[in-house]
Amino acid sequence: MVPDGKNKKACISLVIMVVFLLMSGVFEARAITPNEVMKKSQGAFLYQGKDFKARVMMKLISKGGQERVRELTMLRKNSGEVGGNQKYFIYFYQPADVKDMTFMVYKYQGKDADRWLYVPAINMVRRIAARDKYSSFVGSDFTYEDVSGRNLEDDTHALVKEEKVGGKDCYVVKSTPKVQDVDYSYKLSWIDKTNFLPLKEEYYDRRGELYKLFSADEVKEVKSIPTVTKRTMKNLQSGHRTEVSYSKVDYNIGIEDSLFSERYLKQPPKRWIK
Amino acid sequence: MKKQYPEGRSRGTENRFYFTADLFSVLRALPPGFCLLSVVFCFLVFSDVAYGIDTSVHGFLQGNYSMDTAARNPDGGNFKWAEERFQLKLDASKDPFHLMVKTDAFYKHNDEKGDVELREGYIDYTAGKWDARVGRQIITWGLGDLLFINDVFPKDYEAFFSGRPLEYLKKGIDAVKVGLYPEFASFELIVAPFFEPNRFPDPKRFRLFDPMPGVTDREKAKPATSLENTEAAVRAYRDVAGFDASVYFYRGFWRQPSMLPDNLLAPSRIALFYPELNVYGASLQGRALDGVISLEGGYYDSRQDRKGTDSLIPNSQTRFLAGYQRQLWEDFTAGLQYYGEYMHDYGAYKKNLPAGFPQEKKLHQLTTIRLTQFLINQTLKLSLFTFYSPSDRDYMLNPEMKYNFTDHIWAALGGNIFGGGKPWTQFGQLDKDDNVYLQTRYEF
Repeated sequence: MVPDGKNKKACISLVIMVVFLLMSGVFEARAITPNEVMKKSQGAFLYQGKDFKARVMMKLISKGGQERVRELTMLRKNSGEVGGNQKYFIYFYQPADVKDMTFMVYKYQGKDADRWLYVPAINMVRRIAARDKYSSFVGSDFTYEDVSGRNLEDDTHALVKEEKVGGKDCYVVKSTPKVQDVDYSYKLSWIDKTNFLPLKEEYYDRRGELYKLFSADEVKEVKSIPTVTKRTMKNLQSGHRTEVSYSKVDYNIGIEDSLFSERYLKQPPKRWIK
Repeated sequence: MKKQYPEGRSRGTENRFYFTADLFSVLRALPPGFCLLSVVFCFLVFSDVAYGIDTSVHGFLQGNYSMDTAARNPDGGNFKWAEERFQLKLDASKDPFHLMVKTDAFYKHNDEKGDVELREGYIDYTAGKWDARVGRQIITWGLGDLLFINDVFPKDYEAFFSGRPLEYLKKGIDAVKVGLYPEFASFELIVAPFFEPNRFPDPKRFRLFDPMPGVTDREKAKPATSLENTEAAVRAYRDVAGFDASVYFYRGFWRQPSMLPDNLLAPSRIALFYPELNVYGASLQGRALDGVISLEGGYYDSRQDRKGTDSLIPNSQTRFLAGYQRQLWEDFTAGLQYYGEYMHDYGAYKKNLPAGFPQEKKLHQLTTIRLTQFLINQTLKLSLFTFYSPSDRDYMLNPEMKYNFTDHIWAALGGNIFGGGKPWTQFGQLDKDDNVYLQTRYEF
């Protein structure tokens, strides 16, 4: 049958519709890539606001139940977009032997951070040589990278499945380091589909065994920004765990650039560290 | 650091509280300090309630013992140091002011003496672009790790060699410090009217080389407090291409005394005095080679012996150091330093050196290594610090193990081992002064 004009038009319409449907299906499947999930997650977890402040209480708990406490105020300021440079200022309240110590980090995209430590007993500011990738943050189960983030380009990311955590729909992303420069061989992250916060992370060692477990135990909205206010990192091999809770959380409080200087490391302004 | 000659036998006549008695004298040594502190404390609590002043009280109880391992002390004792110490630190602040008072009360078994010492006590005033600190304060400049070029402020080497906690190596000075923070750089200006010398090991406990051991009549004189003798120091610093850059200037005195015998051939009396000194220096520190690099230099202008002909006053010097530290694996850091001290007008020095005085090298060199490993969630710290002089061939080793039993209690066990060189070189002279020390502290 030779299609007449009417039929021809209908055929074209059909083809266009089918192509459109197919294409929209493709677009639907291409809606988000694992790299985009991780990038959004980094933004939601570590880059919210122009600046950020929290009183951080860390409990380091040994297998036997012995507890040590690290209490500090953390101030962060971003410059530029997600994944860009950041400055951190940390003031220690506890334990007694580090009281009044301050610590400053200039974190850069794609190169090692600069770090300075102020030791009040001898009134000295020094640069310290420490590497993010395998340095425990103040003896806790968190590394510096866990605290201030890992360069996303250092890993390949794959979306392995979708799953619920605590009733929340999550993407599950497998991140494998391109160069074996960390303790784990790969990491699985459960990223909340709505706010992109990591709700759970599993770290697997070089033999492929689960050895470190992160969980976001409480999420609260601060100035409409969903914020993980309680978290735990547990080392399954040593039985040691670190519980962290944030209080006095605030965003966009107008921290000046001048805070991140030797002057204020030595004399941290009360209004910022309280 | 330089050779230590014994200080004068005469003791200061400061108005202090001395007690001689048994172990528990420390308790009796406390009341005067306690009374004062209680008054301050009550005042602070009152001001907190009445005027909204932020106050805090912290401190520690400490036991610190260091035992001879190579030989007894020259005075027959077995301990380089043995004391109990109580520190109270009071902070009070209400913008723009901040008050800090750190006072130690201690009982020292070596001397069977209790005493009270004001470690630091100052008031800060903070404005937008400047601030000021007035009172007794500890100032640390320069980049050296236990090597000092532009840190021209007083040190207590006795504390260092006796196995006391490192903070006791630094002594406070009574000074006014002003900080200025314009956009292009930051400045620290220091004016100190009261001269404070370094403290060197006590000859009763350490074997120190003495070129004139027979002369016991010694008189030590600090520079008089006057406008002309007021010490002044300036530091300017800023970021230069990602490096922390500083320049320094100091006008004051050598903090190690020089000897002035009444007669060089047959001395019967020695006057100890502190020659005039200017220091001009600079330093640079930054991230490089996966670690941190430090460079520092300084010209020591010995103002009373610019030609180098006076053998009893140090010649002018150029001092320099290069340091590198790097984290090699988890919780392990290594640091290396090379330090040189170049004597100017060496010919004049050699020509005028009296007989019987050991000849110093034209270039005195020191190398150091620091290794630090943290274990058990950073509660156990193993460290080693070594000095070795390639020019004098003497050394000092300081291994230490420190454990935090809880957040409030820690203890450190370590040793100081000296040797090599000659009986007059920096560490060689301390060859028989090896010691093992214990530091324990309860902090609150």
